[in-house]
Amino acid sequence: MNVTMDLPHHGYRATKQRARAAPPSADSVLFDDTSSAAPPPAMNSQGYYTPGYNMGALSNDMQGGAEVNNLFTDPMANAAMMYGSSLANQGKDMVNKEISRFMSVNKLKYFFAVDTRYVMKKLMILMFPYTHQDWEVRYHRDTPLTPRQDVNAPDLYIPTMAFITYILLAGMALGIQKRFSPEVLGLCASTALVWIIIEVLVMLLSLYLLTVHSDLSTFDLIAYSGYKYVGMIFTVLCGLLFGSDGYFVAFAWSSCALMFFIVRSLKMKILPSLSSDSMGMGSSAKPQLRLYITVATAIFQPIIIYWLTSHLVR
Amino acid sequence: MAFTLYSLIQTAILCTNAVAVLHEERFLGKIGWGVDQGVGGFGDDPGVKAQILNLVRSVRTVMRVPLIMVNSACIVLLLLFG
Repeated sequence: MNVTMDLPHHGYRATKQRARAAPPSADSVLFDDTSSAAPPPAMNSQGYYTPGYNMGALSNDMQGGAEVNNLFTDPMANAAMMYGSSLANQGKDMVNKEISRFMSVNKLKYFFAVDTRYVMKKLMILMFPYTHQDWEVRYHRDTPLTPRQDVNAPDLYIPTMAFITYILLAGMALGIQKRFSPEVLGLCASTALVWIIIEVLVMLLSLYLLTVHSDLSTFDLIAYSGYKYVGMIFTVLCGLLFGSDGYFVAFAWSSCALMFFIVRSLKMKILPSLSSDSMGMGSSAKPQLRLYITVATAIFQPIIIYWLTSHLVR
Repeated sequence: MAFTLYSLIQTAILCTNAVAVLHEERFLGKIGWGVDQGVGGFGDDPGVKAQILNLVRSVRTVMRVPLIMVNSACIVLLLLFG
């Protein structure tokens, strides 16, 4: 009896399978889990025990089946396995409790509720945002819609995958130029990570100082600053395939597209909150400063893209 | 410019130290950023200067004791490992 569970690949850059321990406890309609088409794990654990008791005496055709059955007819191994699984469950609960003290896991789950259609459309918008009409993030009774239902919602799946792909691509580019060593990969990864952290901290600081009451949370800012990695991957690929000219053409294209995308997305979130909290005495310095923040963020993107990719494409 | 996570930690510690050693009477009072200038508008949003002063004062109050411990740890580690 086949007891292994195959998770279906979904998403554009599924570089690794994500093992799901249990389906999430359904807290709202927005988070139904459509990714696992396999039977839930509860049936799996029962599947482990029953072949041991019922089929131990049968002659076995498969080698793997024979070893599994012999292991689980032994009651000592059974007891040890149950103890181990209860210990693992305790450890998992403790880790969950500790982590949920720092950041709410539900908020994080919202950012990973994506599907293939959303990822394809978002990548198209990131590369060619000029034809996209409606940039408003839609709400559903005060909660923002998940990325699965609204293309404009930020997500963390694309930035994470793009970041990992960028590191792998950097390793490959350095290997082509025979400048590769394993430490370089770690250095590249930590440099990119540090730049993300710096950018998010500067954005948070400037939003706090100018008392912009927007609903941009930290994860939103991480998402928006991670979208530049898609442009970086495109630039590095073109630089590797078409040489230095291809690099500059792709760099110009992806910087323009990314600047447009950032300005249009952040304008919706930062600027309109002006009308709700100014009491007629709205100082004229405010909208200008907010515009400066948006434009400064947009200008920062090509600088970082150039900084992080130029040494890969000589 | 190749960063490591260690250099980020170093930068954070140095910046927090710099904010913590700002003396309110001797220095901030001289350039007109003293204690009494921060508390201002209650109705409207406070301006940029008030926000910066609030930030400086809260960093100094919150991070005073942890900074002592982190600095001691750094000194010991640097003495041991160079």
